[in-house]
Amino acid sequence: MKTRIVLEKVCVPKRRQLAYRILAVVLALVLGAAFLGVMGFSPMAIYRKMFGGAFGSKYGITETIVKTIPLMLAALGVSVAFRMKLWNIGAEGQLYMGCFAASWVALRFPGLPAYVMLPAMFMAGMLGGGLWALVPAVPRALFGTNETLSTLMLNYVAILWVDYLVFGPWKDPKGFNFPITPEFSEAAFLPAFGNSRVHIGLVFGVLIAAVLYIVLKYTKWGYEIRVIGESREAAEYAGMKVIKNILLVMFLSGALAGLAGMAEVSGITHRLQSGISPGYGYSAIIIAWLSRLNPWGIIVVAFLFAGLLVGGYSVQTIGLSASIATMLQGMILFFVLASEFFTEYRIKLVRREGVKNGE
Amino acid sequence: MFVLKVAVEMKNISKTFADVVANNDVSIKVKAGEIHVLLGENGAGKSTLMNILSGFYTPDSGEIFIHGKKVELTSPREALKCGIGMIHQHFKLVNSFTVAENIIMGNGNSALRLDMKAGIEEIKKVSQEYGLQVDPKAYIWQISVGEQQRVEILKVLYKGADILILDEPTAVLTPQEAEGLFETLRKMAKKGCAVLLITHKLDEVMEVADTITVLRKGSVVGTVNKADVDKRKLSEMMVGRETFLRTGKIDNHPGEELLTLDRVTVLNDKGIKALKGISIGIRRGEILGIAGVAGNGQKELAEVIAGLRKAEDGRILLRGENITGLSVFDRINRGISYVPEDRLGKGLVPGMNIQENLVLKKYRSAAFSRGAFLKISKIREASREMIEKFDIQVSDMYSPVKFMSGGNLQKTLLAREVSDTPDVLVTSYPVRGLDIKAMESIYDLLIEQKRRGCAILFISEDLDALFQLSDRIAVFYGGQVMGVLRPEQTDINEVGLMMMGSKKTGVA
Amino acid sequence: MNSSAITVILSATIIAGTPILFAALGEILTERAGVLNLGVEGMMLVGAVAGFSTAVLTGSPWLGLISAMLAGGTMALIHGFLAISLRSSQVVSGLALTIFGTGLSGFLGKRYIGVSLKAPFVKIGIPLLKDLPFLGPVFFRHDAMVYISFLLVPVIWYYINRTRPGLNLKAVGENPSAADAAGINVFRTQYLHVFLGGALAGLGGAYLSLAYAPSWLENMTAGRGWIAVALVIFAAWDPLKALLGSYIFGGLDILGFRLQVLGVMVPSFFLKMLPYLFTVLVLVISTSRRSKYVWSGPGSLTKPYYREDR
Repeated sequence: MKTRIVLEKVCVPKRRQLAYRILAVVLALVLGAAFLGVMGFSPMAIYRKMFGGAFGSKYGITETIVKTIPLMLAALGVSVAFRMKLWNIGAEGQLYMGCFAASWVALRFPGLPAYVMLPAMFMAGMLGGGLWALVPAVPRALFGTNETLSTLMLNYVAILWVDYLVFGPWKDPKGFNFPITPEFSEAAFLPAFGNSRVHIGLVFGVLIAAVLYIVLKYTKWGYEIRVIGESREAAEYAGMKVIKNILLVMFLSGALAGLAGMAEVSGITHRLQSGISPGYGYSAIIIAWLSRLNPWGIIVVAFLFAGLLVGGYSVQTIGLSASIATMLQGMILFFVLASEFFTEYRIKLVRREGVKNGE
Repeated sequence: MFVLKVAVEMKNISKTFADVVANNDVSIKVKAGEIHVLLGENGAGKSTLMNILSGFYTPDSGEIFIHGKKVELTSPREALKCGIGMIHQHFKLVNSFTVAENIIMGNGNSALRLDMKAGIEEIKKVSQEYGLQVDPKAYIWQISVGEQQRVEILKVLYKGADILILDEPTAVLTPQEAEGLFETLRKMAKKGCAVLLITHKLDEVMEVADTITVLRKGSVVGTVNKADVDKRKLSEMMVGRETFLRTGKIDNHPGEELLTLDRVTVLNDKGIKALKGISIGIRRGEILGIAGVAGNGQKELAEVIAGLRKAEDGRILLRGENITGLSVFDRINRGISYVPEDRLGKGLVPGMNIQENLVLKKYRSAAFSRGAFLKISKIREASREMIEKFDIQVSDMYSPVKFMSGGNLQKTLLAREVSDTPDVLVTSYPVRGLDIKAMESIYDLLIEQKRRGCAILFISEDLDALFQLSDRIAVFYGGQVMGVLRPEQTDINEVGLMMMGSKKTGVA
Repeated sequence: MNSSAITVILSATIIAGTPILFAALGEILTERAGVLNLGVEGMMLVGAVAGFSTAVLTGSPWLGLISAMLAGGTMALIHGFLAISLRSSQVVSGLALTIFGTGLSGFLGKRYIGVSLKAPFVKIGIPLLKDLPFLGPVFFRHDAMVYISFLLVPVIWYYINRTRPGLNLKAVGENPSAADAAGINVFRTQYLHVFLGGALAGLGGAYLSLAYAPSWLENMTAGRGWIAVALVIFAAWDPLKALLGSYIFGGLDILGFRLQVLGVMVPSFFLKMLPYLFTVLVLVISTSRRSKYVWSGPGSLTKPYYREDR
């Protein structure tokens, strides 16, 4: 008897898809617990610590929200490009260019009042990220140059550019030789809620998610983006301006990542510094993808993702490496990725009696 | 004649895809040394059956015997080991490889080193034996479709196959090239190969077959010797009733010329001239058929009219107005409709639902939008009306159109394209892959448009359909018009010769 | 700068380029099979920690090396399973692998921080060759792993371009359906080369922990895995160009460092940008020439294959 696996494409209801994902996360945590147990740790203690660290206290929750903001903004940006099947994996670089442009405004014109400074930084951040995204977008639109590869390359360039600035001409002379710029003037600080570190960037994120949702679902432009994403040929056939839209969407995608950068420098660090993003732009890709590009989903997933990050830091307080959280994050991703398969395919077992050839 | 040995026996094969039964309890026997034709309409399950035999698909149930021995064909590799090779409709060639590399790759030879020289020598030997001329050192992307087909055949022979399957091999050939192919097939059969040929063209069957198995809706209707049947009998078996296309010619005295192409030159994707200064015109209430082997400029012709491709030279006039420089959008607004050959992916957006597809060209109009926003409920309403009017079968207004059948897809596409009462309708291979019933309803739609006064450009590879529907036929070869003929004043032979490049002087 | 300073810099360049070279060679094999693996950084880290711990426990750097390859290969198989069998997005799966590898290596390596290796790979001059003027000090006074990398480049080049399995590999990467029809086992080819890719990435990581440092530090690859991914594109999927490329990337790193020491701060960052900018430029130019047929990477890269797709 021989059994063969045949796959069938199926349409699984949305609710069941969600159930699969939750199951995947649970399985990942169980496997993670087993692994930690084998290595001689108490998994429950670690999980409790992580959960408590991320969501169990006011401080924990605000820190989680603080991390949610850049993740959410960058992921929204990534999702717009992914909608059009533009595989922009350059959010990290676009975020850095947003940081750079916003910082330039803050450092160059320190005397501006807040009501001019903040909008100017806002615009600069979006322009910085957006224009940086146009660099790979133009050859993509005109010649079809692979944007996955070119956006990836440009991440390094952007990071090196910021490093050059903070190690070089923009370095704070009073910064004990750290790679940081001087602190911005207070007019360049994004207003925060109460005395927490949660800043107004959160509101931007939610508003942008709402706007994106409406645009994609109810407007002509959203319709065009969806058509182009599904089939460029069909879009051209219908007389849509594909090249213009590629440029526009990539600009928007980069601009949102740039805004994430602006929010970081203006809301959190109040200066530009080396390594300002611990890979938010890459996490954003995963978040956008896990949310199936749904703007509301992005908010939720970004929050959970941020929780994992913050939970990871809190594990350090019991003398363990934060890498436990990173590892668990990876495992959860693997399982969710695997679960994805079962939302698209059904496995059919075909039983056959058979002799192997040549026997 | 001696008794021929059975080379292939497939017993009680069944295969379903999701909910579609592609093969239902199919059994066939093929003898060594014969050309066995699998005849059936599109969707009858011929290709599925042969994909099972070549190891590409796994059957749900059933058994296969090769030369009397039961085998388990779990992959193309296993099938090749059993001597089964298939020439697919879409060639399985690596474009960036040379001819020789394509033939040698995957070869069972266990030597680690790749000896190209010895390989090329061997290829030359096989190609001489069967009279299949190729240049082993040429790259696939450099050679013509006909040559690519020869490479496919050589590849299979080189791997030592004695059971050959060809899926609709003449679709890309001129009648004369097809004749050459049949010659090769006969040669192979004479050498003891079993040749399986998939087709839906009755003429080919009568010319080349020894034995014929007719399939309909996934089941075998019967297996017959060619000597015992005629075309009429076969077509009856194929469609289950006696049908011939009703003739669509209604002479409504074509009116003035609506669309004029004046010495138009167009480049193809590779930057080579695909249309070389052609001039044709289509009149109101006329169907102008375009005959030619695929790849002789038909696609570029359709696209240059629709505005999807730039004219390098020459003018295109619509009702006397020069529209050469206008965008796709402007041409849509001026009443040019286009049914592309690639219905799913170009004509329709696969992942979007039928409502969204029905407004693909009109979503900007005041009827369906206000300012930046779409009028969702208006779109739904209009879609319902069109679905009813054009008798489109849809299970769900919100599920992606990619799950619809070919016939319904084409109806959806045509519904959208004709609902605006266009002046010019360009249709590329509008019935390709459809069953007879769907074909008839599509032809009826075209005839109705013609009656209404629409100027129709009808690109097809089916000469019978061209002869029956067209008022005039323009034959394309190498980007030029070889001549324009009236169907009643010519025959298929003459058109076939012109498709190979012989010119007809004088224009109808 | 005198000539001895130049040989010192060039020799250091080779050392700096070697870990990237190993990883890039691996990624070339993986991508040639049509699979993009962005998890190189993660695989290198796990390879580095696996190699280091094995070498510490057994006292043999060679066993460490083997263990690093197995660890890298196993990591790659996770990606292989997701990308090949479960047809996941290769970009997302590769990113997940990098995240996982970073976490796993940090977790496993915690107890090895500050531990010293008794028997790291040491520099061995090759008799006769090491005494060649200029060439000797630059190329032939390194440790065994560098010599392995010298050998691997032509071996992999020969494998891809002059052998049957190499031809089959390229066919799978270009057009898996055609390869399948020609009797090539697509799944096996992809899994094998994904595994090999991981093993070589592991080797690259082990070079850092067993020869370059030699010690274990969290995140000690410091982005070299990403550079390797970039290098593959820079090298147009060719092992020989990858050799050149890895020394350019490595050399710019060294040069930047030297200039920094000399107090010339500014240009080092721009120097480091050059290879990336150059890669983008190459990508753009190779696609902008329309009339000519251009090859820009394996045709099925990032696209999963399933035979019964209709």
